[in-house]
Amino acid sequence: MEGNDKMSLSIKHVSKVFVNEKGEEVTALGDINLEVEEGEFICILGPSGCGKTTLLRIIAGLDDPSSGRAEIGGREITGPAPELAMIFQEYSLYPWRTIIDNTAFGLEVRGISKEERYAKAREYLDLVGLKEFEGSYPYELSGGMRQRVAVARALCSEPQVLLMDEPFGALDAQTRNTMQKELLEIWKKTKKTVIFVTHSVDEAVYLSDRVVVLSPRPSEVREIVTVEQERPRERTSLEFAQVRRYVLSLIHNGNE
Amino acid sequence: MEGTDTAKNRTRKQRDNVWRRRALGAILPILIIICWEIAAILIDNEFILPRLESVLAVLAAPTVDILGSGSLINNALLSIERVIMGFGLAALVGIPVGLVMGYWQRVEDFIDTTVQLFRPIPPLAWIPLALAWFKTGIVSMTFIIFIGSVFPVLLNTVDGVKSVNKTWVESARTFGASQRQVLAKVIMPASLPTIWTGLRVGFGIAWMCVVAAEMLPGTTSGLGYLIMYAYNWGQVQVIIAGMIVIGLIGLLIDGLFRVIEHQRFRWRGMTR
Repeated sequence: MEGNDKMSLSIKHVSKVFVNEKGEEVTALGDINLEVEEGEFICILGPSGCGKTTLLRIIAGLDDPSSGRAEIGGREITGPAPELAMIFQEYSLYPWRTIIDNTAFGLEVRGISKEERYAKAREYLDLVGLKEFEGSYPYELSGGMRQRVAVARALCSEPQVLLMDEPFGALDAQTRNTMQKELLEIWKKTKKTVIFVTHSVDEAVYLSDRVVVLSPRPSEVREIVTVEQERPRERTSLEFAQVRRYVLSLIHNGNE
Repeated sequence: MEGTDTAKNRTRKQRDNVWRRRALGAILPILIIICWEIAAILIDNEFILPRLESVLAVLAAPTVDILGSGSLINNALLSIERVIMGFGLAALVGIPVGLVMGYWQRVEDFIDTTVQLFRPIPPLAWIPLALAWFKTGIVSMTFIIFIGSVFPVLLNTVDGVKSVNKTWVESARTFGASQRQVLAKVIMPASLPTIWTGLRVGFGIAWMCVVAAEMLPGTTSGLGYLIMYAYNWGQVQVIIAGMIVIGLIGLLIDGLFRVIEHQRFRWRGMTR
């Protein structure tokens, strides 16, 4: 039993082998090892198809690893756990539910009374700046607003760790930058651990404490880059550009 | 100023456009009525084609008994009662079975072949068998209507469940939803619009079936019976009036389905 740092997350020798449509075995994840501290902001970065999402799904308890294990607070993750909440790239809100009923979904599933879950949902909708939209439906909101709701919904079930699967991938560049800034503010306020999957080097360097760079399939952790720069980070600064260039080089010619 | 003006103009144009399209759609029915009236005058034989006025006279007195077979309203209510029995049963069976089939692949594999074997048999082809088993009466009719409407309800339900967005289900699972909660809070509401379409199609078929079933020998009431009975008495104006009522009821109920669809399932097609 690991005692005090109870919500740390560890990924130990996790691999994942798929069988594709032709019946061939494809190794998505080779042998992944990673330790995430409580309150840390981690980005998992890698070329498309490298299994970033698969790794996140294993942590979320949606997929099982072929070997190895993912642990939270020293306990093996065998299915969706209340300490974890996932934010998908898009289409995750329920279009037949109002914004507040979407936000309160996690609490509703746990059998929390309507009054209590609405109060909590309002609190988090306020945090993402969408309090006045509680009675609206998802299709009445813009893409960025919908992802804010998804964030509020995840936070509303009070997890320790937020798992984000390219959550801003479908947004335009402008909105994306705004969302990144807002996410950092929310992270600072709520002190959650964040594991954020992206294929954007810029996004990873802008957001994270540490960038976990994965190699192509069968992927392993190529390097973990610690970003020291103070937040809010200036994208145009020399320091930012240097880290960015370094991470980019890891992705492009990491085998040298 | 300019801006609001053009916006106002635009909405007015749209409204004008709607009226123009409605007017265009009204031309053909009016022409048909005029041709009918001319033909009726030329033929001058009410046993072949009665004048519009005599049909309207029947329609204008829906509560008056027709040749001892009951009034239009009486017979219409009986037909509606029957269709509700058969259609209700079809919904009661089709929706749950469809949900289970859509949710568990094995159940679908088990049932689907049988469904595909029975589905192409027209409901009316079941009439002789229904008569042999249940004799003439409400049971026979319910059976025929059930056969006619259960397949669209069932297949649309299966389709609805299968096309539920995977992310919706996985989202619910990450929040710790049990299988039952996933079914009740995600699968059901997500597939409801498709199920509704199945119900609407199923009801249309059920309505056709009830009229056909009521034409069977031995039946003594209902709109189908009324127009067949009127034929035996050479009352063509009653036949046409009955047909109009049958059409109007079908149209009305379909419209009701559409209104509810529009109100409740506006999110459909706007999923994002």
